[in-house]
Amino acid sequence: MGRYVIRRLLQMIPVFIGSTFLIFVMVYALGDPVAALFGDKAPDPATAARIRHELYLDQPLWKQYLHYMGQIFRGDFGTAFNGQKVTELLAGAYPVTLRLTLVAVVIELLVGITLGVVSGLRRGRSVDTSVLVLTLIVISVPTFVSGYVLQFLFGVKWDLIRPTVSPDAPFSELILPGVVLALVSLAYVTRLTRTSIAENVRADYVRTAVAKGLPRRRIITRHLLRNSLIPVVTFIGTDIGALMGGAIVTEKIFNIHGVGYQIYQGILRNNAPTVVGFVTILVIVFLLANLLVDLLYAVLDPRIRYA
Amino acid sequence: MRGATHVKWAVCAVSVALAATACGGSSSGGDGAGIVRSSWGDPQNPIEPANTNEVQGGKVLDMVFRGLKRYDPKTGEAENMVAEKIDTTDQQNFTVTLKSGWTFSNGEKVTAKSFVDAWNYGAHVDNKQNNSPFFANIEGYDQVHPESGKATAKTMSGLVVKDARTFTVKLNEKFSTWPETLGYQAFVPLPQSFFEDHEGWLKKPVGNGPYTVESYTKGSSMKLRAWDGYKGPDKAQNGGVDLVVYTDNNTAYTDLMAGNLDLVDDVPAKQLKNVKADLGDRYINQPALIFQSVVFPMYDDRWNKPGMEKVRKGLSMAINREEITQQIYQGTRTPATDWTSPALREKGGYQEGLCGDACTYDPKRAKKLIEEGGGLPGGKVQFTSNVDTGSHRDWLDAVCNSINNALGKGAVCTVNPVGTFADFKNQMAGYKMTGPFRSGWQADYPLIQNFLQPLYATGGSSNYGKFENKEFDRLISEANKESDQAAAVAKFQDAEKILADQMPAIPLWYQNGSAGWSDLVSDVQLNQFSVPVYDQIKVS
Repeated sequence: MGRYVIRRLLQMIPVFIGSTFLIFVMVYALGDPVAALFGDKAPDPATAARIRHELYLDQPLWKQYLHYMGQIFRGDFGTAFNGQKVTELLAGAYPVTLRLTLVAVVIELLVGITLGVVSGLRRGRSVDTSVLVLTLIVISVPTFVSGYVLQFLFGVKWDLIRPTVSPDAPFSELILPGVVLALVSLAYVTRLTRTSIAENVRADYVRTAVAKGLPRRRIITRHLLRNSLIPVVTFIGTDIGALMGGAIVTEKIFNIHGVGYQIYQGILRNNAPTVVGFVTILVIVFLLANLLVDLLYAVLDPRIRYA
Repeated sequence: MRGATHVKWAVCAVSVALAATACGGSSSGGDGAGIVRSSWGDPQNPIEPANTNEVQGGKVLDMVFRGLKRYDPKTGEAENMVAEKIDTTDQQNFTVTLKSGWTFSNGEKVTAKSFVDAWNYGAHVDNKQNNSPFFANIEGYDQVHPESGKATAKTMSGLVVKDARTFTVKLNEKFSTWPETLGYQAFVPLPQSFFEDHEGWLKKPVGNGPYTVESYTKGSSMKLRAWDGYKGPDKAQNGGVDLVVYTDNNTAYTDLMAGNLDLVDDVPAKQLKNVKADLGDRYINQPALIFQSVVFPMYDDRWNKPGMEKVRKGLSMAINREEITQQIYQGTRTPATDWTSPALREKGGYQEGLCGDACTYDPKRAKKLIEEGGGLPGGKVQFTSNVDTGSHRDWLDAVCNSINNALGKGAVCTVNPVGTFADFKNQMAGYKMTGPFRSGWQADYPLIQNFLQPLYATGGSSNYGKFENKEFDRLISEANKESDQAAAVAKFQDAEKILADQMPAIPLWYQNGSAGWSDLVSDVQLNQFSVPVYDQIKVS
């Protein structure tokens, strides 16, 4: 088990180098960012040349990349154009987005699995059908619609919560954005759980458990649910990465200065250090989340072993 | 106990991932009475006077600094602020005398040296200041800011400190309205702490204006407080201003509706229809010094050969400005009839209708003119613009539809959308355009000179179309030498008439500044740069 984890962690190194290089090339392909710093005015050639020199933009691409990687290994992720260190931006944005993701995932799990279990056990009945219709509706409403509508209703019309999130972004303010972010995935979690439960409910081990005379509650939580969670866990694992990087719409609506927003700003301003820094960390999050999912398989299903 | 070891390893891997989440910030709620909460955007560059060239950083500079002159928010006239007088006899050598009693908020006196040091810093190439070209007409600029290579001097020879309250400025050539340009933020004085502890200063800027910076969290907020020791004539009417960065102007507007924000100075286009119902008279929409046009690549022979001026004019006449500004911008743009802005006022050189018929929608004559001029080059025209902001895609499509309808030859007009402003800017600055392209111009100071010389004079700093016309250049140069303001304006307008004749750039519309506010504040006004005049806002 330990060796397996170490091997997986070591495998992350080439993936890390490869992905940083790809992202670096892509941002580089967006073009020269210096001219845009001057707004509507034409860039002053002497000043622009100085800035380019300072940012290593006057070097060939491979030299720029080596320089950037050299910096990273010294813990320096470069600087955004407004003079902020990218490490500072990372330290500001990642905790916020992680909190948001956490809220979203908890909601997905609690509500999604509960609904899934309920409808899976009562397959074909009216509860099942209404949950099915409900998830269909939720899946088909885009995030920006649900975001603006819920924000308007709760924040402005009924005045129950603050419609936007303050810079510190405490958990209490992230509940509504978390719900909005969770909505679409929640529908998937519900459906995955439902199908899985509906399949396993006829499995031999469930019949055995019933025959042993175990209480129904114990059968569902210990035997049925545990074995049905594998597809859900796989989905949540990949979803964590998607939620963190892809929360840009939700972040924009609720004024959350998180990862999505910073990447968007970085792309608009062609700031390579910001984009590469953020995406690199995202890649690591993806890799770790996937490793976690693989390890959880073994926890959920003792038949799966890693050597 | 196999299950337990599995869990152990899983927990182990999670803890690596979650190690970063442990950090949180201390929260600070709204405090103090009389604080204006205002929306903000993240400034693109660090906030320092000679490096800030956009509105968001400009807001802060406008609160924290006072320069030699300041433009009256209503009339746009440059009035003396720190300057007592600026004298000249030959329009080239100026003597600046400062008022006594001005200090920085750290107690340091504002002296002639504060200005001269700040200007020398702004001009020097090593400091990589965006606004350094503003000092280009001071003698000795070439030595501190050569076009290539290292600077050969530390300071500009044209700036000489005479005593604590006097300094002299020698310009490269005559420029009668030069003192009027000094209201621009690049010309403000700087305290010694700026040079001694630059990093520290950038974290918490110190100036001589009515506000001081209490705290600044880059990328999210800035708290400014009224400075009790401020002796200037425009003391803050409120306790302070909290600037809050919003990810989106729609979000800021929602917060205004919910009562979490007092002032939004950029009402989103989507909300313009609701703004009357939502805010009533707590909304202003007034002309700013912003001029939008499409420029022709005069470096491309296909657009510059004789006869093409008719085609260029014809295209201008084929655009239905009235309808586009109403439909897309809900009246927050005004159809342009000259190459300046109504915010200049007539005294400043704005002249309604100067463009004449060439800017009036007339599809029949447009078609005729284009045919007379030999038709569109290759039978087609393609407009280029960045489409990441400002509803550019919408109006470009509308302009093309307008042209296509007027010509009646199918889709001869198309749009070439560019993904980011940076990319668009590179194509523009590299003179790689093959058809007309968008050009937005926000004036730096309310002078007609600023709308014409940089954009259309030969070698002008932002002459992206490379328009060259000897007569135009001559008139601009004569106007700059004129000591009488009215005579100078008349010369500039004569030059502008050449634009009407040659049409190197099609005037589209003047952009307005807009702002909406909560019922907790009053006396909100915008200056010509569409920046709210914060010091005049009253909080109830």
